[in-house]
Amino acid sequence: MSGPKIDWAALSPLIALVGGICVVLLLGLARSAFLRRHVVPFLTLVALGASAGLAIWQWDTHTLIVSHALSVDDLTWTLTLVFLAAAAAAVLLSWRSTATAEAGEGEFFALLLSSVLGMVVLVAAHDLIVLFIGFELLSIPLYVLCATQMRREQSLESGLKYLIIGSVGSATLLYGLALLYGAGGGTGFDAVAKVASTHSDDVLFLTGCALVIVGLAFKASVAPFHQWTPDVYEGAPTPITGFMAVATKAAAFGVLIRFFDVTLIDASSTWAPALATLAVITIVVGNVGAIGQSSLKRLLAFSSVAQAGYMLAGVIVTTRLGVQATVFYLLVYVLMNLAAFAVISLRERETGLGDDISSLHGLGAERPWLAWPMTISMLALAGIPATAGFFGKLYLIEALAGNGWTWLAIVIVLGSAVSLAYYLRVVAAIWMRPKPEPAGAVALAGAPQRPVIAGGSAEADAEDIAAGRTPGGAVARTLRQPEVVFVAVICAAATVAFGIYPGPLLDVARDAGNALTSFL
Amino acid sequence: MTIHLTILVFWPLAFGLLSAAAPRGAAGFTMLIGALIPLVYTVIMVADFHTASVGLQHVTNDKWIPQLGIRYKLGVDGLNLWLIALTTAVSFAVAIWLWVRPPARPSLFAFHFGLAETAVLGAFVSQDLALFVLFFDLMLVPFYFLVGQWGGPNGARAALKMVIYTLVGSLLMLAAAVATAVFAADQAGGHISFALSDLQHAALGHGTERWLFILFALAFLIKMPSFPFQGWMPDAYRTMPLPALALFSGVVSKVAAYGFLRIALPLFPDAAHQFQVVLLLFALVSIIYGSLMAFTQTNVRLILGYSSVAQLGFILLGIFALDPEARGAQGALLQAVNHGLVVAPLFFVIALLAERAGGSEDIRDYGGIAFRAPVLAALFLVVALATLAMPGSANFAGEFLILLGTFSSKMAIAFVASIGVVMASVYALRMYIRSMHNRVGEKVSSFELSVRDGLVLVPLVLAIVAFAVYPQLALDAGQNAVKSTVQAVTQR
Repeated sequence: MSGPKIDWAALSPLIALVGGICVVLLLGLARSAFLRRHVVPFLTLVALGASAGLAIWQWDTHTLIVSHALSVDDLTWTLTLVFLAAAAAAVLLSWRSTATAEAGEGEFFALLLSSVLGMVVLVAAHDLIVLFIGFELLSIPLYVLCATQMRREQSLESGLKYLIIGSVGSATLLYGLALLYGAGGGTGFDAVAKVASTHSDDVLFLTGCALVIVGLAFKASVAPFHQWTPDVYEGAPTPITGFMAVATKAAAFGVLIRFFDVTLIDASSTWAPALATLAVITIVVGNVGAIGQSSLKRLLAFSSVAQAGYMLAGVIVTTRLGVQATVFYLLVYVLMNLAAFAVISLRERETGLGDDISSLHGLGAERPWLAWPMTISMLALAGIPATAGFFGKLYLIEALAGNGWTWLAIVIVLGSAVSLAYYLRVVAAIWMRPKPEPAGAVALAGAPQRPVIAGGSAEADAEDIAAGRTPGGAVARTLRQPEVVFVAVICAAATVAFGIYPGPLLDVARDAGNALTSFL
Repeated sequence: MTIHLTILVFWPLAFGLLSAAAPRGAAGFTMLIGALIPLVYTVIMVADFHTASVGLQHVTNDKWIPQLGIRYKLGVDGLNLWLIALTTAVSFAVAIWLWVRPPARPSLFAFHFGLAETAVLGAFVSQDLALFVLFFDLMLVPFYFLVGQWGGPNGARAALKMVIYTLVGSLLMLAAAVATAVFAADQAGGHISFALSDLQHAALGHGTERWLFILFALAFLIKMPSFPFQGWMPDAYRTMPLPALALFSGVVSKVAAYGFLRIALPLFPDAAHQFQVVLLLFALVSIIYGSLMAFTQTNVRLILGYSSVAQLGFILLGIFALDPEARGAQGALLQAVNHGLVVAPLFFVIALLAERAGGSEDIRDYGGIAFRAPVLAALFLVVALATLAMPGSANFAGEFLILLGTFSSKMAIAFVASIGVVMASVYALRMYIRSMHNRVGEKVSSFELSVRDGLVLVPLVLAIVAFAVYPQLALDAGQNAVKSTVQAVTQR
């Protein structure tokens, strides 16, 4: 008796991740601190690397596997590489953070890996149920990861907030998916596509679409469903914030592309105006919201909202060019943001000022290897030439203008003009403000106490102080953490390199766009 | 001889990077080499230039981003030849100045300076619309840092204001540039291309052409700056370090004027003709407003800033005179070079004046500086007379041609604009007399020009004199290109 045929090769990147989760989780139980602190993250990197290698090996395969539940193509692999890169950066940034030790290294990294697994499943989904499974598999580990800095009350609050709002999003999505199932009579995307082309004015179908848009908009932090973003980004440990800002967004847009630009493409006249409205609102809300922020993570949260608006505009252009532009922008977006989050997380550990913008004061004179990546990242996010961000915007505008959405291109441009006001504020903090006073005193006063909910007490604080830590674990000094600087420098260098010669990234984006056969 | 424009454009940046990495003391020297070689290269290029031919020379045309239709196309013709020469000459003067008087954090300054020169040269030589926009926007980045970091306590604010003002224009231009290429591709039914030579023949719809022209014109007018868009100028001029300001005022504003000739007129001839009067009025108001402001200001930087507004008004006037013989545009091109040549030494003179008046940049603190510094006074006088377009100076030839062109197309506007010529002598002479003559100011302790400062000033003044004797040099080179550009509009 032979079982169903299983395409092991196409599944292999997922299997590598699952294997990684098991090994890392088990090894996290080891007594040896060395094993837990260094071998576990290293093995996490190995799992990510193996998965990446297998994904590259599987490049150019275009099949539906697991009885048409997963669609394996270049879009899936491109985004998989994005998730893996973001996760690798998150691992490097958390290597010596307090969050991993407080939450348990094994659990922390296993959760990270399973979130990546969820993202891959989500963007590969070709079935409504699988879509939802991927969605939850990506979200639930993140709820926990947000709360891993247990000595910071904000971190716990962030996890709780994300859990509640994320669940609302999931519920909405699930309801929408159920209605689509009702309209199409099947859970496969093909059934949904059939309704889209024949009964696109069906009430059940339209309601389902609307609820799916809302559910995904929560995850992609598209306004007006973005309210959780600044709070959660600010509270979560910085490496996790970086991971969320980059990978979650990529996953959400991956599924938006696959669902709207492929499955529902025949109903585009129905949903495109709705998404265009959301895109405009998102661009305005994100850019205006970021202006007054003094917390860097909140600032980047609003910036990510604005950037989501730009990418949503790319989704609306239902052409291959539009998909390519969106994917290209996503790739660029990953590089720009990771550089910034790397710098923030290191300064947070060094200064004791948290993620306040003042933690960057005087960085230009003191630490050029941190100052330049941050500067490049900010300029790239603003779309300044000679960075990849410029071509990202140019490509989006080209796609929009070519398909009758010129007015939306103008909105993007005006949004970027506004965004300069806050991106340049960060640049000014780096280069045009003097170095602050020695940070020791500030750190002691400003470091948060361990919250009671996380086992905080006067004794615990006394223990911390005796161990040479400030309460809450913050240590105020200049740290040599080459892995963090490495992430920042590599991402910034890539941003500039692809800003001068974007060819390779464009090729990847082209492959991803070509994978969607509905345009052919 | 083969001239590789890529070397010309990226040499300053390469040496800027080198100076950033070089030990502290060497930055000035590497910067000097970084500015010298492009100058030598330009001199060879000018000598080698075929005046008679119409098309581009020394063309570099390579594949760059085929996916987006962007080519790496550089070229020189009569429109940009002398502006390139102006850029390398002013940059070299600034580099000498920075070598003899190193600024704070010289390595970083040298990097931004090199980037600025590269961006300006790149904008002048690019023959691909996307490449032009890229360099045009890039120009702003080094000046943002130069203002913000070396601009004193108010630098950061002024820099932000400058960037937001000018980048709003530039970003809208980016959208317009992409839209131009996309629409042109739609018309041709072919592949998208940003090459200017491909875009020139595109027949865009009338309404489309109009709004695209407006977006381009807006970007250029802000950059110049022309009258209603000069809001960023006073703060930026007040704070920018003087050597950077010499480059900025001398060269960067010309890129905008050049943009009209290179892009706005050839690509959107119908719209250019339609908006001619509007732009002439902008030019006129800039001339009058700039002149009036220039002789009411007491800060010497702002006197020069507003005088630049007036001078760029003249240049704009010449470009949009659109007379059949293209005299106005030829005068504008000559005047663009002239203005760069006079305004750069004037900013160095300001630095020298401030040095002799206890650091003050207020004209009320000056006076009587000439008594102890006759050589400086003589050099200043030459420059000041050139600024007010004294007959015999190249500026006179430039303004004469501009007005001649305007008279033959829009007489009423030319009459009013002539007042500007008179007003120029008022503000230029006021500045000269109040600083050099009059009673010796309280803070003033004058001394003669030192040899090292002379090293910067004398060659620039000699260049002004040489140009005054033989302005034909620049006019001849530009004649064919300017004529064909303007006649594309007049003979639609």
